[in-house]
Amino acid sequence: MIKPVLLWTDVLIFVLVAIVVVFALYARYHEHLRAPWRQVFRSRTGVASLLVLSLYVLIALLDSVHFRLPLATKVGAAQATAITQQQDHYSVEVLSLLDMVVKPLREQGEKTYSAPLATELFARETVESADGGQQRLYPRLRYGGAHLEDPAADRKMDLFKRSVVAILSALLLWLVLMTLLLRLLARRRQLSLALMLDNILHQRESVPWVVVVLVSALLLVLIMLMMQLAPHYHLFGTDKVGQDVLYQALKSIRTALAIGTLTTLVMLPFAVLLGILAGYFRGWVDDVIQYLYTTLNSIPGVLLIAAAVLMLQVYIDTHAELFATDAERADMRLLFLCLILGITSWTGLCRLLRGETLKIREVEYIQAATAFGVRSSRIISRHILPNVMHIVLISVVLDFSGLVLAEAVLSYVGVGVDPSMHSWGNMINSARLEMAREPMVWWALVAAFIFMFVLVLAANLFADVVRDAFDPRLRKG
Amino acid sequence: MLAYIIRRFFYAIPILIGVNLITFVLFFVVNTPDDMARMQLGMKHVTPVAIEKWKQAHGYDRPLLYNNQQQGLSSVTDTIFFDKSVRLFAFQFGQADDGRDIAHDIRERMWASLAIALPILLVGLLVTITVSMLLAFFRATYIDFIGVILLVVLMSVSSLFYIIGGQFLVGKLLHLVPISGYQGGIDAWKFIILPVIIGVVGGIGSGSRWYRTLFLEEIGKDYVRTARAKGLAEIRVLFRHVLRNAMIPILTGVVVVLPTLFMGSLILESFFGIPGLGSYTIDAIRAQDFAIVRSMVFLGSVLYILGLLLTDISYTLVDPRVRLS
Repeated sequence: MIKPVLLWTDVLIFVLVAIVVVFALYARYHEHLRAPWRQVFRSRTGVASLLVLSLYVLIALLDSVHFRLPLATKVGAAQATAITQQQDHYSVEVLSLLDMVVKPLREQGEKTYSAPLATELFARETVESADGGQQRLYPRLRYGGAHLEDPAADRKMDLFKRSVVAILSALLLWLVLMTLLLRLLARRRQLSLALMLDNILHQRESVPWVVVVLVSALLLVLIMLMMQLAPHYHLFGTDKVGQDVLYQALKSIRTALAIGTLTTLVMLPFAVLLGILAGYFRGWVDDVIQYLYTTLNSIPGVLLIAAAVLMLQVYIDTHAELFATDAERADMRLLFLCLILGITSWTGLCRLLRGETLKIREVEYIQAATAFGVRSSRIISRHILPNVMHIVLISVVLDFSGLVLAEAVLSYVGVGVDPSMHSWGNMINSARLEMAREPMVWWALVAAFIFMFVLVLAANLFADVVRDAFDPRLRKG
Repeated sequence: MLAYIIRRFFYAIPILIGVNLITFVLFFVVNTPDDMARMQLGMKHVTPVAIEKWKQAHGYDRPLLYNNQQQGLSSVTDTIFFDKSVRLFAFQFGQADDGRDIAHDIRERMWASLAIALPILLVGLLVTITVSMLLAFFRATYIDFIGVILLVVLMSVSSLFYIIGGQFLVGKLLHLVPISGYQGGIDAWKFIILPVIIGVVGGIGSGSRWYRTLFLEEIGKDYVRTARAKGLAEIRVLFRHVLRNAMIPILTGVVVVLPTLFMGSLILESFFGIPGLGSYTIDAIRAQDFAIVRSMVFLGSVLYILGLLLTDISYTLVDPRVRLS
């Protein structure tokens, strides 16, 4: 039937998910790991940003299950037997689960630009009327508001009705979900529903449930609005080739998250290993590793990335036969971009870890371990590594938002992800040229910036909470 | 002091050699000159003759490391490695793909870069220190709380948004200054002021947050308590004691970027059409002119290493506890 496609970044993303799950299970049973996380969940900003982030992650994960649909073959009976002997033919287009969920967004393309929620094209066109004359008018959109009889009169009422329906259904859904949550909590605490509700409202619970309730209400309303309006209108308009901007923005989420997380996944082993080795062994090992990271660090980051990506592009262009579909080629470039971003960004963490290890190795318990004749490998893995893990975690979370922002800049320079891949950087880059138009085409820019801003803000706030919880210097009592 | 500088200078040499080797591997070994030629000539209609001709015209037709057709010393010097990489040490950048002299272009363009980057650094420093001092003064109040949230919001906005939004607001809606372009001489301020404002605003978020933590760290120290115990006013404590001590990390952080100011800002310059080294680099990347990219990589590394050297020296100047040894 359908042919699953496993892209390299998909594999890595699921490996990352597995790591997170394993770590979460491990942390559950170890109090010293649970305590800081508990502090994260007790913080209001922490909970709110986590909710927003998990919505983004969910979309990205949906977008990471790829497959190719079989081509619908219209053949006669005579040819049918011949076809069955051959291999099935698959569309060259690689789709994901997200594409299935937002099918109308993907398929309802217009001819060219249209403003958000518009029912007509953005530019006038010459249309022949029935009596043979020619008219300059704004043609109706093929999909946006196509169900309306008289768009000029009905559009506002229709939008209003749909919004009200969306908000009401969102609130209903929210009520159901919150009741379920309340029941679950009440059963856990073995309290009556009313008492539990009272506890939550008066913030007697350690987790700020009020924030959870409010943020999820907001998110639900937004989602329902999208679900009600998006199949009938273009919420963020359409771009030059008539593709829905909302669809592009949604598809870009995976790219951004992949760059933000896979880069650290790639760089982490090097940074941790080399940083600890340099700090622990000192002497010539330290000299070599310091030389290595000073050299890499002294090359301007953007230029190194540019040089490497240009070289990769040459390689891809001369070895076109290696990639079956465009998506696989674009994915290769994304992976490589993560790799090269990792190479340029591991030095900071490496230096931090080296400094911390230099401090830790002088502590009494390490001296005692050395005196007992414990092997170096064991000292590093048992005594040093767990004691620097908080630095690793903090820097991973702090780096994330910077990487998401960097993607946009790199795409602007022309050394970011593949131009065919959806990303906020590519959206901004192509929309930038439309700023000069009169009247201006602003929606693609705004959509990309809003999606990016929300993700980066949530990530920044979350990073602050994580840092406060894990940094022993900042930890309270 | 002099002995220290000389020794540091010698430390820099292996790093530069390392940078040179990395760029050489990246530009000539990972992809052969043949690939480059094919890229430049376009993928279609590429004949072996055309490739040879392109390589000859740009001096890529020699062996990479060792030329066995030449005698004596020139068997090493008449190679791509010597001609394209080793010459960089003498700042001989050679020619760009369109035949222009790269060194000449760099000398000509770096002043425009500096005209943007230096005001951004100085004004930015002033603004971020003021903001962070204010937050430190109002620490643990609602002003501080809201201020920090605002800084996080400022940090979370993409730098591209500042540029595009700023261009739209000031250049297109208010018609105050031209959107892009550049002119030397006295009229330059018209073209410089918008990028400088945008550059400063874009840097407030992360800069002020960092400085605020520096100030708060200093405020928690014993000498501040002593100063207060002496009966000094809070303003005086902040300016006389906290600021002066917090200036040590701030200044050294500034010194390290001083040399790289010549490189300019990649995005600002290309958005505002300023003929500096940043837009030069971007144009080269877009046109896939490897000779220029290679030169800029090397130049950037040299300037960065110079910045590290200056940082070490400045530590000893501002912080008497640090002794060179």
